[in-house]
Amino acid sequence: MAVLKVKFTKTRRDKLAQILWILNWISVVTGVILFSLGLFLKVELKKREDLMAEKDIQYVPNMLIAVGLIACAINFLGGKICYDCVDSSKFLRWKLIMLPYIVCTFFFTLCVLVGALMCYSMHWELEEALNLGLMQAMRFYKDTDMPGRCFLKHTVDTLQIQFQCCGNSGYKDWFHIQWISHRYLDMSKKEVVDRLRSNVEGKYLMDGVPFSCCNINSPRPCIQQQITNNSAHFNYEHQTEDQNLWMKGCRQALLEYYTHIMQSIGLTVLITWLFELSVLTGVRYLQTSLENVLRQGDPDSESDGWLLENSLMETARTNLSIIKSLGKSNQINTANNGDPNIDVPSTSKAHYGPDNVPPKEKMETS
Amino acid sequence: MPFLSLKFNLQKRVKLAQGLWMLYWLAVIVGIILFSLGIFFKVELRKRSEIMDNNESHLVPNLLILVGLLSCGLNAFGGKLCHDSLDPQKFSRMKPMLRPYMLLCCGFNALLLLLLLLCFLMQFAVYLTLAEGLKNAIRFYKDTDTPGRCFMKRTLDMTQIEFRCCGNNNFRDWFEVQWISSRYLDMSNDVVKDRVLSNVEGKYLMDSVPFSCCNPGSPRPCIQHHLTNNSAHYDYDHRTEELNIWSRGCRQAVFSYYSGIMNSIGTFILNSYFEVAGDVAGLKYLSTALETMADPENPECESEGWLLEKGFKETLADLLSKVKTFGRANQVEEGGASPDVAAT
Repeated sequence: MAVLKVKFTKTRRDKLAQILWILNWISVVTGVILFSLGLFLKVELKKREDLMAEKDIQYVPNMLIAVGLIACAINFLGGKICYDCVDSSKFLRWKLIMLPYIVCTFFFTLCVLVGALMCYSMHWELEEALNLGLMQAMRFYKDTDMPGRCFLKHTVDTLQIQFQCCGNSGYKDWFHIQWISHRYLDMSKKEVVDRLRSNVEGKYLMDGVPFSCCNINSPRPCIQQQITNNSAHFNYEHQTEDQNLWMKGCRQALLEYYTHIMQSIGLTVLITWLFELSVLTGVRYLQTSLENVLRQGDPDSESDGWLLENSLMETARTNLSIIKSLGKSNQINTANNGDPNIDVPSTSKAHYGPDNVPPKEKMETS
Repeated sequence: MPFLSLKFNLQKRVKLAQGLWMLYWLAVIVGIILFSLGIFFKVELRKRSEIMDNNESHLVPNLLILVGLLSCGLNAFGGKLCHDSLDPQKFSRMKPMLRPYMLLCCGFNALLLLLLLLCFLMQFAVYLTLAEGLKNAIRFYKDTDTPGRCFMKRTLDMTQIEFRCCGNNNFRDWFEVQWISSRYLDMSNDVVKDRVLSNVEGKYLMDSVPFSCCNPGSPRPCIQHHLTNNSAHYDYDHRTEELNIWSRGCRQAVFSYYSGIMNSIGTFILNSYFEVAGDVAGLKYLSTALETMADPENPECESEGWLLEKGFKETLADLLSKVKTFGRANQVEEGGASPDVAAT
């Protein structure tokens, strides 16, 4: 009992082949789109790798790039095959390759689906990487004289300006670290020395934030220093003031940005997967109908196309037994002490060989 | 003696017609690009019209949009002409339209040249508008409670951050205006009162700049206040410090941005001018080649094509005499009877 059998006339077969040729070329274009999306994501992640801790998140864009390239190659081959399928003589060239091609493409579409799901699952690893990375970046904000870290101040400042955020979870993160380098602290002043001594780790902490936290929408000039001290500024109350600095934390801002990109990419990959699956179904129908035509012998006749020749259970059983016998071919047959050359008499009814010459001939020769 | 004449056989005519058809459609694409450049430039001007006092001139982008649309229309018609020129029936129908069409194309080319000139000259207008607009923007920076100006602070902060500049000519422009609103000044404080009174116009002036002037590339946290007072900050010399705040003025920065856009557009217009001129020349050759066919029934015959029927100087002399007679048609002839009297 074939699965989803459909009758194909010659014209329908030809039309199917032509449509599949066009669809395969469209799939090549979607493969290129997948490749460029993967490249774009890789570039975006690399741009801010200073702010991300050493977590392996590059596997997602790498996977997308690989899937995109393989999709291009597979669909290019598929287009060529479908182009040749209109002519049944050319089909003979591809006959033996088609079934392995379909099986490979089926497993490839599974990879595409895995790629789409990975896009959505990267969220948690990214959050972890950003949390650690931002914490490190803010700690080394003041170290503009150390090679390897001298650009972190510039990176963090431009990040806070561009993404309109402040600190890791909020602006209060800046109160817990020393973000002014010792080179610019006047150690001869009493207040500076007092502040350093009042802290267990000898850090110069204050309730101030860098200028890049300033909100451009604020109606008043930015208050960066003594933020929690209401009396230091005229007509100012820090509990109700929410337009002075950026309220969002940079981890959340970056996460939202990347999640937005990943969701768009994930959606595109899912649509590509559905498209690939439909093209694969069409190619399978084309292959089975052309093979049946060859079996019938008349190239212009009607033929059946199906997805699976027998039902799903039987196909699964036959494939499993094939895999099992592949494994068994290396095992030794213990019936004849392992010697394959011993003659085992056949038990079948049919007899062949000199013993089985009919009696008439014997009588003639004798 | 025709000017720059060439011999054409059937193959050459067909090739010329096909090549011209492609060139005309390329010119249509060029027209679309001109149109979109005009729209892009208009949007860019509108985005920053607040720092230009809202009276920037939109002449160049409007003309660009018009020229782009005209170019599309004219060149599409030209392409149709070329396509039909090889069919003698269609060509005879199109013949009367050829001369006015080519005159129209020459006029369009003159318009392109005018636009090119405007692209380079209007930069002066942009510069002056920017200077005036930025001066006012800095003055109204503090008026975040005045309707119509409440976004000036935001716009100017964004401009200074985006273009990496500070003030009009340089950061000292901020020292001459009060950029902190009186709403946030504690008038009961003696220091504040002294500063306000020390000034003739009663303005609260100080040697500080807004935070948007800060350079993120500076190795030390930004010094915004008491900029000229070396002793107010540890290890600071304002004469040698150049990384602390942006040293460029916003007028210079924004102007170089717009100047870059206008120069690129001017270069593109120059290229399209040459393309359209080439198209007109090609069409002239094609039409004369088709008109001078000795035997219209036989498409295989040879013919001659030219740019001008007579030599260059002769054509010029002809044109001048035509212009003169055009002027004289309204004058009365001296010492001669009127043509009506002579006829009777």
